[in-house]
Amino acid sequence: MSNRHQGKDALPAGWLGGLMMVPVKAAMQVIDMPLRAWQRLTGLTGMASFFLLPNMAVFGIFVLVPFVINFVYSMTGGSEIFLDQRFYVGAAQYRDLLDCRSYVDPSTCVEDGFWIATRNTALFVVVQVALMILTALITALVLNREIAGRSFWRAVFFFPVLLSPVVVGLIWRWILQRQGLLNLVLYDLFGFEPYSWLTDRNAAFVAAVGVTIWARVGFFALILLAGLQAIPKDLYEAAEMDGTRRTRVFFRITLPLLMPNLIVVLVLGLIRSVQVFDEAYVLTGGGPGTSTMYLTQYIYEKGFASDLRDPGLAAAASILMGAVLVVLTLAQMAASRRKEKQGER
Amino acid sequence: MRKVILAAAAMGLLTSTAWAGDVRIMWYSDGVEGQVFHDLIDRFMKANPDVHVTIDDVAYGTVKDQLPVQLAGGNGPDIARVTALKALSQYWLDMTPYLKDADFWVKNYGDQADWMRPDGSKAITGFMTQITLTGGFANKTLFDQAGVPLPDAKATWSDWVAAAKKVADNQKVPYAIALDRSGHRLTGPALSYGGNYMDADGKPMPIDAATKAFISDFVKWNNDGAASKDVYVSAAGTTYRAASEDFINGQLVYYYSGSWQIPNFATKIGNAFDWVATGSPCGPATCTGMPGGAGLVAVKATKNPEDVAKVMDYLASTPVAKEFAERTLFLPANKEVIAGGLDFKSDDPQVKAALKAFVAASTTTSPVALKLPGWKWSDTYYGALVTRVSQAVAGELSLDDAFKRIDSDVAAKVAEAK
Repeated sequence: MSNRHQGKDALPAGWLGGLMMVPVKAAMQVIDMPLRAWQRLTGLTGMASFFLLPNMAVFGIFVLVPFVINFVYSMTGGSEIFLDQRFYVGAAQYRDLLDCRSYVDPSTCVEDGFWIATRNTALFVVVQVALMILTALITALVLNREIAGRSFWRAVFFFPVLLSPVVVGLIWRWILQRQGLLNLVLYDLFGFEPYSWLTDRNAAFVAAVGVTIWARVGFFALILLAGLQAIPKDLYEAAEMDGTRRTRVFFRITLPLLMPNLIVVLVLGLIRSVQVFDEAYVLTGGGPGTSTMYLTQYIYEKGFASDLRDPGLAAAASILMGAVLVVLTLAQMAASRRKEKQGER
Repeated sequence: MRKVILAAAAMGLLTSTAWAGDVRIMWYSDGVEGQVFHDLIDRFMKANPDVHVTIDDVAYGTVKDQLPVQLAGGNGPDIARVTALKALSQYWLDMTPYLKDADFWVKNYGDQADWMRPDGSKAITGFMTQITLTGGFANKTLFDQAGVPLPDAKATWSDWVAAAKKVADNQKVPYAIALDRSGHRLTGPALSYGGNYMDADGKPMPIDAATKAFISDFVKWNNDGAASKDVYVSAAGTTYRAASEDFINGQLVYYYSGSWQIPNFATKIGNAFDWVATGSPCGPATCTGMPGGAGLVAVKATKNPEDVAKVMDYLASTPVAKEFAERTLFLPANKEVIAGGLDFKSDDPQVKAALKAFVAASTTTSPVALKLPGWKWSDTYYGALVTRVSQAVAGELSLDDAFKRIDSDVAAKVAEAK
């Protein structure tokens, strides 16, 4: 504290602070006594458990209990919502989901919709994540350079992240629908006849991938940008003095040092991509046909929206999808640990 | 401390319990009926200050997709405007003990009472806000400009498709015909081809040859570019999609939808072009549309059944039902209203002609079509139809596979209900 705040002025402030601390100290004494007794009784481990309890309670109520309920649902049949009105079917829902003559041909499966959605999701994840990492990396590299209006451009790329996914879906639907902005522009500029982008299988897939990348790339670019800025400048200066080519600098300095961030982006991107729903659902409704129906939409429709609803089947599908997400989450945790270790080194 | 607990308890009550006199209505609109309904309810509340009615205006999709889940969870509004009346009938309240005059309801709305109550029940659960019939609309201006005569009342589906295609080609319009993406909409033409979904015991039967014949034609029209593929492939599952915007924008020559579109067209098309209602095209068996409509039903989970019945008594009363029909241009269900005649509030001659055309078309409604709104498996069949036909239109399923899947989807739901 500077000298200005000491001397005459310090007395009233200290007095006031002391007065304010009275109730705090009293409360601490009240809490302290039972806590000390608890510590004597249970040791340090018991205290740790005590402090973890609120967090675990929240986790239990909002994650664990719903997970268990969901699992119980997956063992029941019928279209009723309340468990007491549903009947036990054992593993029948899982059997129906996994019953296929050939897993590469959904039409041979009892629950063809699940396998169509799984196939669509797998394709979406591979293409979307690869393109998104590439786009995020390019964006981060550009935004890391000394360009005019750099802060403005960073804000521009990050802005879509702030939008609700439903809004993103609606905006792009207005652009891409037959009587939308894109066709209007193409007609005005080149005289192209209007085209139904969202009812063409390939165009709808490209649109779903493109729109989700547009909506999320800012977030991932930010992670990569942070990684780029953490790379020591002297490495680049040394490389420049040695006359190293730019591509070599990128592959030998930037990319290896950015790898921990890239792994985080990869795993987060994978998880987010497997969960794709809002933007794609609003944009294409799962069509044309079922070509952009992803797993989350299948689960939603089976559980809630369809005239042929089957909450048990939806629960079983979500358990299977959850298993995939657990694997991806473990991969993310492993990647984070690896990053921490590298940081320690 | 005691005060804090009491205040918290009061807050909890405020957020979780409906006050006596509170009635919440879930309402969707196809046209101007929402505005008319608000007027009527405002008038009711002025006359009955002890009852407070809240109207939740929602999209049709919300009623279709979210209301069933709310009801199954023991929640939902006190009153709802619904089209899936039979499928959800276990959730409707029997208002008989609360109504002022139950006989009035039986006399005036009894013909459709089975549509909204479980099989074998005598409950009074609500009334039809309008009776609808599926049917076609043609853009007459486009026909005239193309010099193609409008097919007559006996024209078949093939005649209409051929004529509309000629007009679309001549006038450079993107779509010749379109049907709403709905199993109910596919059913009218399927029945005209001679189709039937229920066996002698009232159980769903495998898809028959006549229904297969219509679906085969429909998929062919989509593949040929005669029908607007965009409507059916624009979504997956049972999602509802209407093609009304294409018709309103003059992008569609012939649109198969239903009588509920009349007020919508009257408002949105105005003088932009001439349009006519054509009734339902004929198939090899008959020329039928599908009857139906929206019903206003009381929900069993309501905390205020007396107030709900008070609101329903008011809305179902003959003068109110008459005003609602005349202002919304809907066909009423109330027999006294029908007997007394209607003066539809529209200066548009196209509207009056369209209403007349639908009244005429109702005389050719097939007996099977009349049974379906009260059949508990209708929505299951419609759901399977629209899902699998869409996949066939999108080229994901062959017709044979689509038929097998329709049968297995329906059979799975029937087996589950046993």
